[in-house]
Amino acid sequence: MSQHSTSSSASHGDDHDHDIAAHVRTYMIIFGALLVGTILTVAMYYVDFSSMALTVAVALFIASIKAFLVAGYFMHLLSEKKLVYGVLVLSAIFFVALMGLTLWGSNDLPKNSVTKTLYVP
Amino acid sequence: MEIPYTYKARPDTGLYNAKVGIWLFLASEIMLFGALFSAYILLRVSAPVGFWPDVALAWPRGLLNIPIGTFNTAVLITSSVTVVLAWASLKMNNFARFRVYMVITVVCAFAFLGIKSFEYNDKFSHYVVRLKDGKALTGHIEVNGKHPGFWNFQDQWDVAKLADQKVDKIKVEVDPERDIHGHAKKHAGHDHEVREIAVSDIQFLGSYTPSTHPFFAVYFLITALHGLHVLGGALVLGYFAFPGAKMWKSNPEQFINRIEVGGLFWHFVDLVWIFLFPVVYLL
Amino acid sequence: MQSSASHAHTSATDSSHGHAHHEPGFFGKYIFSTDHKVIGIQYGVSSLLFLMFGFLLMLVMRFQLANPGKAIPVVGALLEKVLGEDMAKGGIMGGDLYNSFGAMHGTIMVFLAIVPVLFGAFGNYVTPLQIGAPDMAFPRLNMASFHCYFLGGVVMFASFFTPGGAARSGWTSYSPLASVTDLANRFDGQTYWLMGMVLLITSSLLGSVNFIATIIQLRCRGMSWMRMPFFVWAQFVTGFLLLLAFPPLEAAGLMQLMDNLFGSSFFLPQGMVVNGTALPVSGGGSPLLWQHLFWFLGHPEVYVLILPAIGIVAEVISNNIRKPLWGYKSMVYAAMSIGFLSFIVWAHHMYLTGMGTKVATFFQTTTMMISIPSVIILTALFISLWGGSIRFNSASLFALSFLPMFGIGGLTGLPLGFNASDIFLHDSYYVIGHFHYVVAPGTMFAVFAGIYYWFPKITGRHMNELLGKIHWAGSLFFMNCVFAPMFIQGFKGMSRRMSDGGTTYFGPDAGIGADPGVLGLNKMIFMCAIGLGIAQIPFIINFFSSIFAGKRTTSDNPWQATTLEWATPTPPPHGNFLQEPVAYRGPYEYSVPGAKTDFTPQGDKN
Repeated sequence: MSQHSTSSSASHGDDHDHDIAAHVRTYMIIFGALLVGTILTVAMYYVDFSSMALTVAVALFIASIKAFLVAGYFMHLLSEKKLVYGVLVLSAIFFVALMGLTLWGSNDLPKNSVTKTLYVP
Repeated sequence: MEIPYTYKARPDTGLYNAKVGIWLFLASEIMLFGALFSAYILLRVSAPVGFWPDVALAWPRGLLNIPIGTFNTAVLITSSVTVVLAWASLKMNNFARFRVYMVITVVCAFAFLGIKSFEYNDKFSHYVVRLKDGKALTGHIEVNGKHPGFWNFQDQWDVAKLADQKVDKIKVEVDPERDIHGHAKKHAGHDHEVREIAVSDIQFLGSYTPSTHPFFAVYFLITALHGLHVLGGALVLGYFAFPGAKMWKSNPEQFINRIEVGGLFWHFVDLVWIFLFPVVYLL
Repeated sequence: MQSSASHAHTSATDSSHGHAHHEPGFFGKYIFSTDHKVIGIQYGVSSLLFLMFGFLLMLVMRFQLANPGKAIPVVGALLEKVLGEDMAKGGIMGGDLYNSFGAMHGTIMVFLAIVPVLFGAFGNYVTPLQIGAPDMAFPRLNMASFHCYFLGGVVMFASFFTPGGAARSGWTSYSPLASVTDLANRFDGQTYWLMGMVLLITSSLLGSVNFIATIIQLRCRGMSWMRMPFFVWAQFVTGFLLLLAFPPLEAAGLMQLMDNLFGSSFFLPQGMVVNGTALPVSGGGSPLLWQHLFWFLGHPEVYVLILPAIGIVAEVISNNIRKPLWGYKSMVYAAMSIGFLSFIVWAHHMYLTGMGTKVATFFQTTTMMISIPSVIILTALFISLWGGSIRFNSASLFALSFLPMFGIGGLTGLPLGFNASDIFLHDSYYVIGHFHYVVAPGTMFAVFAGIYYWFPKITGRHMNELLGKIHWAGSLFFMNCVFAPMFIQGFKGMSRRMSDGGTTYFGPDAGIGADPGVLGLNKMIFMCAIGLGIAQIPFIINFFSSIFAGKRTTSDNPWQATTLEWATPTPPPHGNFLQEPVAYRGPYEYSVPGAKTDFTPQGDKN
């Protein structure tokens, strides 16, 4: 996909047009998938899951699929260069570190700690 | 020397400068919205029980209008498709179609923002009323015949102001009670009972604003920041659709790259909403 | 400054510009320039001015600590006149004024002085030159970044004059204090601080995108990653730290702004009572959240302060020992490890918040781990000296003394990194001694080394060596005199941020049996701080007089250095290089066996 950006002019040969036309079809399919995903997300809201953890897991799972489709196809990440992956992997790691360690730090409190009663009733 | 690789890709990285730049910027945006999501989770997990009137919940649920939110999600997803189709049209040398798709994208963006401000207005007119006997209810209020809202901000009420203005009674269009999942208990229609409450019975009165509960504080902050990104992106894309399109004549390849870079930003904005919508509206 | 005057005249590259190159006027050349060298100088001048301002704030504070309750000579009357009676009644520093000077000293030094001079000034000026690029990848973004920084500085400076005074809750602005310290004014100093920080963070983000993209994309032919000077590697890692660590603080800053302006409760817990009245907020927030988000930036920030400094020291040392750096590759990998690890050590600033043992142990472990690459870098620099033909000039004296100073700073950090010992040392003067050793005789010595080293390239003139050596001797002596006693004070239990100099909680009447000598050290520290200030006078005289009357350089490469910035005309014109540079070898090819001279420049074909 990104090879196209290295071509020197916009008006290239037929095979590029054909490639783009194929990609346009892909975009429309992904669009459909995203709308279906949205409907699914809302539908899940009306299902009574046994635990909050499961509800969260299902919602985030569906959201992740949608995100993968947008990132992979619309943002061309599936055919992107290693450098971009590297940068994104780094920020993903640090994001997880921020969220995970902050939550762990607020929940791993000594037994009978006063902090516990203040913040985790 | 000219600065190299402004639109031609550098051989070893395979990227042109602006693409590296935008992905770096998006990496920092991941951290920004990531911090906000982390804050949301932390605040929710540590919210004291009984802090929200509904069913002794710590955290209000089901307060945001799901059909509207779903529609907004669809609008944003549509704009995501149209912006990538705009880029594809340029690659196929079809400038007219590019412009059409860009216009649709920008229109979708402003539709999203318009719907959002309608939602904001609804929040500013929705109130929590805590009574002295310990009961609490939520709903739209009517004071002296007027409904406070976002656009008439000076009409926001609290207990002190009610006393000041010597109001005896207010009307509350009471919301149906919600269960632990935030679903309204009465599924049949939208019967909202209108109750008259004496001001002397009210202990606390506040609309769904940041100062009423951390949920609203986080909701408004995240959605407003996201909305600012939508606005910024729409302005940039609009610029490229019209005045900035001059570059199509002078340097078509760089122009296509600019659209690609703008599109990447736009997709990121959509990505944030894909996570925002379930987390804030549904969970 | 002369450097930009050469813009029109020596620019041999005009013909290669594809577009019509009209002459920019005064504003285009000096205020709104997109040339990385002009922007670097803009950053340099602004940051050094802020540095001096932050230093003066500290002097007033140290007077108060040495002479609590006494009117400050000259300055006291001025403060009372300008800031009002409630701040400095009778010329005596009030508690609120002390706290605001303390908070702003930290903020200004970190965000308006050190990072802008290291990253904005040296980074901007030298990085494109050292990688053989004509400018930064995004010149207009570079200009925007400077102006955001400048505006942020203006906002921070203006905050002193707002009713209530500047922010006074520490540079760390912990909630809930930061939100309740001044309930009378909505737009108080803290609000200005937050708005200023938003501008500064924006500037950093734009700058870091620029630096990283430039280093990735604009390296000249032959300039592979492992042929880059260590200075460039340091700036590269620093760029990533700024890029990924600042946004959570921006988020936290927005949240605290909402707490202050819109009455939200992001960081305010339930049931808060201030001065006897219940605070009219909803509560339900978490003060811990602010600390986590702040220190998530706060820790990588200190590596932002030290990495470019180490980069400068590496350049100056390698040039003045006339041999390659020992362990270049280890240094590069160590810098990358420091960058990565710095993101997961932050809660060692929060050991006393009541965290559980598991999470505290995690952070203690990563904190111990991060000391390893730091030691690797310092060791490599020390080992490099062995067998070198060391030249002692102003630049190299500062660079060489950086090594033991940073060593002391780093080693004194170890007891703070261990949870158990930190219980005693947290928030004591030991902490102040530790971090100042790293940034004051540490980072600042690197800044001075860089100024003496690159001055000839930027201005075409040498700085005076005698004045430079006096500056060095005075600075080294007085830096140690000011900060070494603080370790003693800290060990003896003296807390930081006490506006009365410690008399209430630590003095002879406090009833805790504190050692009276500890507070007596404050007097010595104050005198030595004055001495430190006086030691800078030769530098200031030297700097300005050399611009106009310094000895002119006789070559483009007066230090006989190998890196590419010395292969340009002096000063470098717009576009930097007269023809496209190529890197034929590594960056530190000094004393190559069989070569004619003791240095083989990176860009020389033969």
